[in-house]
Amino acid sequence: MTPKRSLSFYILATFFGLFLLFLYGPIAAMMLLSLQGPEGSLTFPMQGWSFHWLQAVFQPQRVGEFVSPFWRSLTLGLVIMGVSVVVSVLAGLGFRQRFRGAQGVFYLAIASLIVPSILVSLGIGLFFERLGWSVQWYNSALGGHLTWTLPFAFLIMVGVFNRFNPVYEAAARDLGASDFQTFWQVVLPLIAPNLIGVAMLSFTLSYDEFNRTSLISGEHNTLPLEIFGMTTNVTSPAIYALGTLTTVFSFVVVGGAIALWRWSDRRQSES
Amino acid sequence: MRLRWPSLKPYLLIAPQTLILLTFLIVPIGMIAVVSFWEFNGYAMSPALSWANYASIFTSRVYLATYLNTFKFAAIVWAVTLVIAYPIAYFLAFEIRSLRWQVFWFVLCTIPFFTSNIIRMIAWIPFLGREGLLNQLLLSLGLIQEPLEILLFSDFAVILALVHLYVLFMIVPIFNSLMRIDRQLITAAQDAGAAGWQVLREIILPLSAPGVAIGSIFVVTMVMGEFTTIRLMSGGQASAVGYAIRNQIGSLQYPLAAANAVILLVVTLTLVFGILRTVDLRQEL
Repeated sequence: MTPKRSLSFYILATFFGLFLLFLYGPIAAMMLLSLQGPEGSLTFPMQGWSFHWLQAVFQPQRVGEFVSPFWRSLTLGLVIMGVSVVVSVLAGLGFRQRFRGAQGVFYLAIASLIVPSILVSLGIGLFFERLGWSVQWYNSALGGHLTWTLPFAFLIMVGVFNRFNPVYEAAARDLGASDFQTFWQVVLPLIAPNLIGVAMLSFTLSYDEFNRTSLISGEHNTLPLEIFGMTTNVTSPAIYALGTLTTVFSFVVVGGAIALWRWSDRRQSES
Repeated sequence: MRLRWPSLKPYLLIAPQTLILLTFLIVPIGMIAVVSFWEFNGYAMSPALSWANYASIFTSRVYLATYLNTFKFAAIVWAVTLVIAYPIAYFLAFEIRSLRWQVFWFVLCTIPFFTSNIIRMIAWIPFLGREGLLNQLLLSLGLIQEPLEILLFSDFAVILALVHLYVLFMIVPIFNSLMRIDRQLITAAQDAGAAGWQVLREIILPLSAPGVAIGSIFVVTMVMGEFTTIRLMSGGQASAVGYAIRNQIGSLQYPLAAANAVILLVVTLTLVFGILRTVDLRQEL
């Protein structure tokens, strides 16, 4: 029998409910308003219902075009995801042993998270200019994104390996497995559910990144930059429609990752 | 002397990450430091060793006001996120008893943070605008006669949006440290006759302090370097250091922007070290 709920539970539950409203309310309102008819405006009440604005996103616009920035952001996000997962797993493995300079590696990752974003943007811009390279979404912006996704991925992996039971590896070694075999056949399957989390986090952080990219994406914008450009000169629900679509896309990515995680978790507990 | 594989292994494994961060973080920041001493003649910059950029910043009242305004944003957003995040984390950690529901509610809190910040700012327009829901509500309640103009494009809007964007970065570390508290400690305290508020003050608050510190570092550093939210939600009217730097870059005054960036970095790191003195980060992972 669970004990009776206390008064503090009801107070906190109410507060929690209001918090969820605060979190989701604006997004829900934006999604509703993007479903207005062609006469729609930026505020309530709703002016009819239609998919007019959602369809408009796919057409070339007066203010810009969103299909190619989307593909750019998607490509960049996937590359960042791959690099972050591989590099952070390696670094996490390295971090399990004590070595001189470990403290420095750790604080470098922390520094990368807390340095004001504009410094990354400005610094990489100046660095590329000195070298005579042109900034592009696939080089300078890629580097800028990595300074944001890698530390998160690394800190998660350090946490995962802190809790990792070394008994499994010892058993594999006793059976004669090499370092590589131990990693590939024992460690990797065990950390796979965590890797899904790291991959999803890296992808979404990159896909939505604005601050560290804003000065160094070159002449071709990523999607968040294109959207930001739109905020200053668009006064129709088109901007809500774009917001709705990218938000739905993010929800699908998160939902997919959760489903995949649950599936791999279940498979692991069965075997 | 021969280097053996076991002693070399960790260095090889951490090499890719370290190289990436050196290239895209440390070298660029070094570039900023160098350029901050350069000269700017109105349309181009040239290498020099001049303190002029720093001098112009430290002698200007405008910059002082800009920094004070940035601190104001950081302090208010920090306080509000803490006041919201602590009860939320506490509720999830202690009042929700089944792990399933704990995971469910926690994930529900995190999902919006995987969506675009820009979109999450834009989503406030239907609420805060002149004809927005908040004005309609206040009008219909008779609390105001005219719609309030200051809801959107104001300090209020900036703070609201920043809290909305960053509150999760406070919730997660606090939740994490609350979840690590040994439940037997609490039972023991209750058995020894401690009242609810005593348990909170003597056990839960001290043991969750590291989480609060980590959350504070995240929120404070992110707000200190903000420029997008401030630009968008204040309609370009509020001042903040990050935004000032952004504008100087826009007008190609790189040396001045660099000097400002160096000062911002020093100020931010000072704040972080101040907070770090209270906790050991590596134990929290």
